[in-house]
Amino acid sequence: MTEAIRLLVGTRKGAWTLESDEARRAWTVKGPQFLGQIINHFVADPRNPAVMLMAASTGHLGPTILRSTDGGASWTEAKAPPAFPKGEPHGRSVNHTFWLEPGHASEPGVWWAATSPPALFRSEDDGDTWESVRGLNEHPKILDWLPPDGGTPDGAIVAGIAIDPRDARHMYLATCSAGVLETTDQGASWRPLNQNVEANFLPDPFPEYGQDSHQIALAPTNPDRIWQQNHCGIYRLDRPGERWERIGKAMPPEIGDIGFSIIPHVRCDQTAWVFPMDGTDVWPRVSPGGRPAAYRTRDGGATWERQDVGFPREQGWFTVKRQAFCGDRADPMGLYLGTTGGEIWMSGDEGESWRQICAHLPEIYSVVAAPLA
Amino acid sequence: MTSVFVPSQLTAYTGGVTRVQAQGGTVGAVLDDLDRAYPGLKFRVIDEQDRVRRHMRLFVGQEETRDVRRPIAPGEELLIFGALSGG
Repeated sequence: MTEAIRLLVGTRKGAWTLESDEARRAWTVKGPQFLGQIINHFVADPRNPAVMLMAASTGHLGPTILRSTDGGASWTEAKAPPAFPKGEPHGRSVNHTFWLEPGHASEPGVWWAATSPPALFRSEDDGDTWESVRGLNEHPKILDWLPPDGGTPDGAIVAGIAIDPRDARHMYLATCSAGVLETTDQGASWRPLNQNVEANFLPDPFPEYGQDSHQIALAPTNPDRIWQQNHCGIYRLDRPGERWERIGKAMPPEIGDIGFSIIPHVRCDQTAWVFPMDGTDVWPRVSPGGRPAAYRTRDGGATWERQDVGFPREQGWFTVKRQAFCGDRADPMGLYLGTTGGEIWMSGDEGESWRQICAHLPEIYSVVAAPLA
Repeated sequence: MTSVFVPSQLTAYTGGVTRVQAQGGTVGAVLDDLDRAYPGLKFRVIDEQDRVRRHMRLFVGQEETRDVRRPIAPGEELLIFGALSGG
């Protein structure tokens, strides 16, 4: 069954929402909200859809968290946005929040925020006040793992958070300079989880840490299966295993296995999608050859199939950032992606065909699909 | 009382007003007082380590300062500007 969907779109110049009918055919664009603010992530709480958060900053002003507790009808600012303790030994201050993650189902009101410079914060009141997660942010190895000035062009980041749905204490982070980090005590202690993940930009190409993890996702029906889109390829890890397998080796060589996002199927742990980008020479980060396509595996990464029906056949130079590719929970599953050129494309048939549902928005940073309750 | 100029980037906090009054003997104290009247404003200008944010500029009268400890004498005004940036 399909259902009406609301897409929450964060852009470099504000937030928009797109609302569909139940067939996901007709879409209405609403917004902007907070025009001119940089919205890195715009997320609704699946445990309580009335609660929505945006990670906001501007070119001038410092960062904040914008909150709604009435499904987006009204917004206020967090009383205490993510911030390091005053006088902390490394002199860090939060530049922006990059990723917002609703907490475990057993912990209503809990949210996690991943920031630049790379750090983790926790809220227990639906995002109104935030505390530094000292087990990570003050870890003895924090400057080795996550140097404030290291990492990606827009600033070093913790790029994503994944929580084990079976255990609120068990979490993974995707980071830009320490690869994947794991905690089993809800952030009190951490360890790198990067065996066999390449870092071809370091003297030791398979270090304990130092990798650039662009995105991780747990298979919803099998949380022991972790999908990873890394700076150096597509990987899969089946826990309790420790050694990642580079499943991107099965991608066509002319396409490669570089990208920002990986989306697991909501009901099948063998299926996932990536949206490859050109990672050759100076890293153009656009669709290889100017021909946009998603690639789908239905066998855990052993093989991949190209899905490009509906996309431009040539001169389509899409860049889809880390948070700008997502799926819904419907059957068939809907897929959505936003480009840095301000276009939103969707597939209502699990990637078999694609169509543009919105154009002319500012540079899109994030797209999140939520049921339109 | 210190007269404070509020730039357009912050008038969402002050109800659209660009000139407000606040109390305090230093730049930081005036901003603290402003934050009591307009919650959240200070953190958009000053980070958690008391540094003026990179693309903000503060002047006491004609003199630029990036030090929140800078005294403000009676009759001096505090001007907050958004620096030229972005695109």
